[in-house]
Amino acid sequence: MNATTSFFTGFQFSDLGFLAEAAGRTLLISVISVAAGTVMGCIFGWALQAGRWWIEITLGLVLDAFRSVPLIIQLILFFNFFPLVGLPLNPFFSGAIILSFYTSALVANVARGGIEAVGVPMRRAARSLGMTYWQDMRYVVWPIGLRAVFPSWVGVALSVVKDSALVSVLGYVELLRASQILITRTQEPFIILALAGAFYFALSYPLSQYSARLESRWKS
Amino acid sequence: MIEVKDLHKYFGALHVLKGIDLTVQKGEVLSVIGASGSGKSTLLYCINALETIEQGEVIVDGVSVHAKSTDINKLRQNLGMVFQQWNSFPHLTATENVALAPKIVSGKSRQEAREIAVKQLEHVGLGDKLDVYPSALSGGQQQRLAIARALAMEPDYMLFDEATSALDPELVGEVLDTMRLLAEEGMTMICVTHEMGFARDVSDRVAYFHQGMMEEIGPPAQIFGEAQSEQTRKFLANVR
Amino acid sequence: MDYTFHWRPVFRALPDLLDAGLLTMEVAILSMVIGIVTGLLLALARLTGAAPLRWFATTWIEVARNTPALFQLFFFGFGLGAFGIHLSPYFIVLVGLSFNNAGYLAENFRGGFQAVPPTQLRAARSLGMTATQAYVRIIIPQVLRIVYHPMTNHMVWAVLMSSLGMLVGFRELSGETQFFASKTFRIFEYFAVTAVIYYVIVKVILALSRLIGWRLFRY
Repeated sequence: MNATTSFFTGFQFSDLGFLAEAAGRTLLISVISVAAGTVMGCIFGWALQAGRWWIEITLGLVLDAFRSVPLIIQLILFFNFFPLVGLPLNPFFSGAIILSFYTSALVANVARGGIEAVGVPMRRAARSLGMTYWQDMRYVVWPIGLRAVFPSWVGVALSVVKDSALVSVLGYVELLRASQILITRTQEPFIILALAGAFYFALSYPLSQYSARLESRWKS
Repeated sequence: MIEVKDLHKYFGALHVLKGIDLTVQKGEVLSVIGASGSGKSTLLYCINALETIEQGEVIVDGVSVHAKSTDINKLRQNLGMVFQQWNSFPHLTATENVALAPKIVSGKSRQEAREIAVKQLEHVGLGDKLDVYPSALSGGQQQRLAIARALAMEPDYMLFDEATSALDPELVGEVLDTMRLLAEEGMTMICVTHEMGFARDVSDRVAYFHQGMMEEIGPPAQIFGEAQSEQTRKFLANVR
Repeated sequence: MDYTFHWRPVFRALPDLLDAGLLTMEVAILSMVIGIVTGLLLALARLTGAAPLRWFATTWIEVARNTPALFQLFFFGFGLGAFGIHLSPYFIVLVGLSFNNAGYLAENFRGGFQAVPPTQLRAARSLGMTATQAYVRIIIPQVLRIVYHPMTNHMVWAVLMSSLGMLVGFRELSGETQFFASKTFRIFEYFAVTAVIYYVIVKVILALSRLIGWRLFRY
């Protein structure tokens, strides 16, 4: 009741639940986008590496555009484009779709790097043993390439988690949007932002440390 | 004159130099030989204070190198050093490599520094490589560049730390020739080396280091002919 | 599809959008310059500083890298309000981007410093250079070359990140676009044109940096 009578109220215990729920939404949209984006990105990366020249050029240009335009612009653009073609999508779906494509553009580069990391001589050796193209892919390129680029992929995934905050611009109440709402109501920006920041940090820091350790171990 | 008195050096618990006493006169060429890990390179680093020392003293022309009051940057100008890894500065051309220190350390004008650089590059036989970047030079040429760079400070002493060890065999000769040239010109040199031929033919004295101690020192004829120490004879029998 | 595109109002607003694009460039470039200097200092502090300094640098770097850039802008936007500090939108974006750039670049620089062989420092010192001279003349130029490529990528990133200014009331390219779009409800058209402008800015920056790199690093 209080919340409706007075405009500003202090930060309450129940607000933690609101933040936690929003953090859950951040995780949800991130996990979906990273998963879908990784699958698409691997396919694109393979197409860039193995496809015909015109596939490489067109796909390369499109993916490059995703990396050369701010994500926030992409979000607004496509969110407003879907209804124009008769596909009104809610913020969550629009956000997830765009974030997935954005992720795929980043992953495609990583994936291509992974395939190229294996090197032609090694692949020739595999083929000379009588392996088919797909056997070579499955038993040689995949394990070696994965190892070479796994740390970069972790980096991409973590940056997508952080970038997912931008879906708030479509009205999707993820963690940062929720913090903003609470700050407007409670006028206690510091504690609320500290909580939100701590959540991202607690998620991202251990994973980035882990992947840095993997990278230095695999290098030596 | 370089005087080393009762020099002790530790790396942590490792006792690398165990009381070295050594005097090198002006104009003398001293070769230091010995197995890797015998402390011979460390001795050079202690002489120009690229390493600290734990006990003893190094005196160059009457100045105590490790004393707090010593202006080490000034002193180092008088002690040219050439490294095993030639360490040419990759972002500078040959001339710039050589001219940099005269310009910023001795305060020479740009023009003077360049003249010195050209002179020294010609001195070591790189007169045709003035504006080339080190990446376009062979290992032997880079090492000669490093020698020219040290000479540009007009030092009275030159310290060579295994100057040919990292080179491909066919490039060793040109660097040794340059070192021989310096010796003939009367430069005072301390050469840590694995090149026994150079040690025998060029040096005035040869010192053999073994496990952090100077096992034996004397003219080449003594060391290579009638070494007094059993250790020295054993070492030389193995390297030849 | 029964929607008709109206591009004319967008083209009428184009001069304003391009002006805002210049503001975007200004903020991105300034934040890069500040970020490079600060990042160098942070990297040196983390590599060689005393414990409290190292701790400070590490915290800065890790917070910048492990939280969303938008969070950092919000922090400089209204988080500082808790201490009675209120920055204008321009400074929120400039400070926020600089903070972020410095953190990321510091890590690049740290890698760069570690990639320069330690013997280079010895060689420089053996010629009588002071430690400062050796760093300024020998080590840092080599580090800059090593980090040049990641640095240009980060410059692109700074441009893209500056679009967050829209969410803290700064009228750079995105903010300006939103301002026009909300007046006319031609959201798609406006943002489509803005996307193209960003694309061009990014390509120009990449082309320029390639040219500069080619001039700068001849070895």
